[in-house]
Amino acid sequence: MTPEPYEAQLLETPFHARTSSLCSTRQWGNWSGFASVNAYTSVDMEYFAARSTAALFDISPMTKYAITGSDAASYLNRLLTRNMEKVKPGRVVYAVWCNDAGMVIDDGTVFCLGENDYRLCSQERHLPWLLDSAIGYNVEIKDITSGIAALAVQGPTSSAVLKAMGLVGIENLKPYSLTEFDLDGHSLMVSRTGFTGDLGYELWIDPGAAELLWDRLMEVGSLYGLRPMGSEALEMTRIEAGFIQAGVEFFPGDLPTRPDRLRSPFELGMGWLVDFDKGHFIGRRALLQEKKTGSRYALVGLDIEGNKPALHSFVYQGKDTEVGIVASAMWSPTCKRNIAIASLKTPYHKDNHGLWVDVYVYRELKWERIHASCKVVDKQFFNPPRRWATPAGDR
Amino acid sequence: MKVYDAIVIGAGHNGLTTAAYLAKAGMDVIVLERQPYIGGATVSRELYPGFTYSNCSYVCSLMRPEIMRDLELPRHGLQVIPYEGGVTMMRNGDYFATYPNHDQNRREIARHSAHDAEAYDYFGAETLRQCRFIKKMLLTTPPDPTSFKPRDLFGLLDIARRFHGLGEEWMYDTIRFWTMSCADFLDQYFESEVVKGHLAGTSIIGTALGPYSPGSAYVLLHHYMGEVDGSIGSWGYARGGMGAVSGSLANSFQSYGGEIRTAAEVEQIIVKNNRAVGVALSGGEEVLGKMVISNMDVKRTFDKSMDPADLPEDFLHRVRNFKIRGSSGKLNIALDGLPDFPSIPDGCRGRTGDMHVSDSMEYLERGYDDWKDGTWSREPYIDMMIPSLTDPTMAPPGKHYMSVFVQYVPPYLADGQWNDEKRAAFGKTVIDKIAEYSPNFKDLILHAEVRTPWDIENETGLTEGNIFQGELTMDQLMFNRPVPGYAQYRAPVKNLYMCGSSTHPGGGVMGAPGANAAREILLDMRIKT
Ligand SMILES: Cc1cc2nc3c(=O)[nH]c(=O)nc-3n(C[C@H](O)[C@H](O)[C@H](O)COP(=O)(O)OP(=O)(O)OC[C@H]3O[C@@H](n4cnc5c(N)ncnc54)[C@H](O)[C@@H]3O)c2cc1C
Repeated sequence: MTPEPYEAQLLETPFHARTSSLCSTRQWGNWSGFASVNAYTSVDMEYFAARSTAALFDISPMTKYAITGSDAASYLNRLLTRNMEKVKPGRVVYAVWCNDAGMVIDDGTVFCLGENDYRLCSQERHLPWLLDSAIGYNVEIKDITSGIAALAVQGPTSSAVLKAMGLVGIENLKPYSLTEFDLDGHSLMVSRTGFTGDLGYELWIDPGAAELLWDRLMEVGSLYGLRPMGSEALEMTRIEAGFIQAGVEFFPGDLPTRPDRLRSPFELGMGWLVDFDKGHFIGRRALLQEKKTGSRYALVGLDIEGNKPALHSFVYQGKDTEVGIVASAMWSPTCKRNIAIASLKTPYHKDNHGLWVDVYVYRELKWERIHASCKVVDKQFFNPPRRWATPAGDR
Repeated sequence: MKVYDAIVIGAGHNGLTTAAYLAKAGMDVIVLERQPYIGGATVSRELYPGFTYSNCSYVCSLMRPEIMRDLELPRHGLQVIPYEGGVTMMRNGDYFATYPNHDQNRREIARHSAHDAEAYDYFGAETLRQCRFIKKMLLTTPPDPTSFKPRDLFGLLDIARRFHGLGEEWMYDTIRFWTMSCADFLDQYFESEVVKGHLAGTSIIGTALGPYSPGSAYVLLHHYMGEVDGSIGSWGYARGGMGAVSGSLANSFQSYGGEIRTAAEVEQIIVKNNRAVGVALSGGEEVLGKMVISNMDVKRTFDKSMDPADLPEDFLHRVRNFKIRGSSGKLNIALDGLPDFPSIPDGCRGRTGDMHVSDSMEYLERGYDDWKDGTWSREPYIDMMIPSLTDPTMAPPGKHYMSVFVQYVPPYLADGQWNDEKRAAFGKTVIDKIAEYSPNFKDLILHAEVRTPWDIENETGLTEGNIFQGELTMDQLMFNRPVPGYAQYRAPVKNLYMCGSSTHPGGGVMGAPGANAAREILLDMRIKT
């Protein structure tokens, strides 16, 4: 039973009995109103499980909408900047949607489960926007967040783990594809998707079978280094993969309270998701205009000197021209580089000379200021071939 | 006939590091390696189907992050993964584990001594201070204290300034630290035998000193100097084995256009008019280059691969007296499953790290006594790890690769040379020792590679099997390494350089000697990078 609002600040996911017994740091966070583990034992070791063996992450709190009805495909084509007609059942795509000004409202993944049968997963909640833009279409849009239990299994041995669990042929599933299996009479949907930028899968099941799925994975996973991972480690893999995050790299289009804080898809490096040839979609006119006149910002990867993360630092050019801000930053243990995702004013992202960031480090009662030069680089800092290989490798 | 810009002798990780930096700067470089495979003591080989061994070195953390970055080693296949803690199994059936979590660690030490549990923080702070002081020197060429060249004077001044920056009390501590024994150092903090025994292990690894010998505290520090992602003193594995370090260096080098020739043993460095001009291979073939850079240890370079007439006598004399005593052995074992260690509780992750059985300082010192007597330790120090618990590429699922480093093993035995029979007896000593703590261990062994100093020398060319290409004692460190007056990577012959671990800052998979040598060479070439 879902507790009444006065009874609980945070809800429990269907895996709570398992995650809470393993969360030895007792560090929890709030993910869309659900209690979500920040770290089970050690952020580093969980991160390295994702990069070297496999990590298990509870993604149940992710906002999920079911979008069905005879107009579902054409509705999504209007909502999203991407051409959804090309997306066949069994496929998953990454997408963004905008307001009329061409500013991004959110990003998410769209699962095409069947003809006119979609699932949209996103970070934030958007029911009013989704419903309002559906007026005139024969679609039904339902929040199904609590109705599905979901786990991500990510890392180089993830395919081997699923194979060992009896998911025959899983290695042949292509990136951004989905398929169904039977798990003791429960229908288990598996998609080759994830937020770590590595080989990985997401598993979707009826909440009643959540613990069964968790136990089965942990049992077979022990031979493959499977380890539960909290959201702090996930965040590290997210930055290395160069994925953007609502509330970090951009602020959802309907929420900022200050002018000029929104970003268009082009300004987030998402121009490849905009299809002007597919006909009308929300924000099209404004985006066409932006294409002509140019964008204000560019989202870039930075490779920064030294090893101190430059989180939220100003980015400067030359002596002291302020040209941008760092949105995410970390020392990348895998790339052995001090990386960051930054929003720069155009055209400063093009001239790769004389950029630097100001990093402040507080050490034993003293601020130390580090003037660190930096370079614009591809923000997909980590993108191993095994992520894309089909059949997927075992390790 | 082709004349290369530079010839590097040996594809050890330092030779490859130097080669990659030079190729990156635009030079035409060839690396000549005696073995049919690369890596030297930084190597992975499959000697039993499905299992990858790290045949010599097995843990990675000393490798300087600056080098990984400069040469883009992650992009070329290097991934370093840390492991969690370690454990010493005790003769009384108890155990002592270490944990990355501070408070778990403190409570574990307190099981053995409440005093030591809190003293551990003092110990940690002191080693960190010492590491910080020395670390700055790793990637710099040691200044020559007898020289009046501006760069030497500035170098000395810099060390002096940083030294004085420590403050009076820490200055005294630092001076004492460099010459003191590990036992004296640990006694300042700890009372529990097992705590000291556990920590002292790294002070004897690869070293012909006991924990009570002066100078052994520095060796402990040398092993603490490593870091994994800024976490100083922590250790990790190279994913895919240590061969991934040399493999990524080779890939990086080749991406800059470098050339590697394996199964190419250099017999002699050719010197004409006091200049190195090339090398002669054992088949008789000559390879010419504008310079020759040796990754071999100093004895092999100057005493075995050169005509003595080409070298100053006093230099050669010092090379011959360079201390390079072998003291280590290694077992690499393929296991059919995970061995039980009944003294370690289930769920204690210490077993994923370094495991030991040396539960006191005396245990270690007695092992050293055997070495002095010309035999391997009857009760050996073992640094035992199961990398396949962390790295899935080392063994098939459910099976395991175990790496067992053994101290002390002499290069020459009191009763004559090493032979197959004695090697087998040495292997049995180690396996029996492990079996004392693991009842099912012997039944799980599928294959074991047993390596004595004699094998290590024959295979990698490390004289006497000394893992550091020369001992890490004060008289052989910094501007004294390898030979006073020749610590700046240049040999007494023109166009001949040294880049192996015999040079500053010494052994371990660190890459620093290789990077420093490259910097000096580029300076001589007046190539700006
Ligand atoms: C058993 C063992 C365990 C160790 N464990 C660790 C550890 O866990 N962590 C760590 O950091 N360090 C460890 N070390 C130390 C570390 O491995 C060495 O210090 C380091 O690898 C030395 O690197 P190098 O490049 O200086 O020399 P080497 O690796 O010795 O390279 C020299 C190269 O020259 C080649 N060569 C020799 N003669 C000739 C010739 N005539 N012609 C052509 N080529 C030639 C050799 O084949 C070799 O490839 C260990 C060493 C050993 C032996």
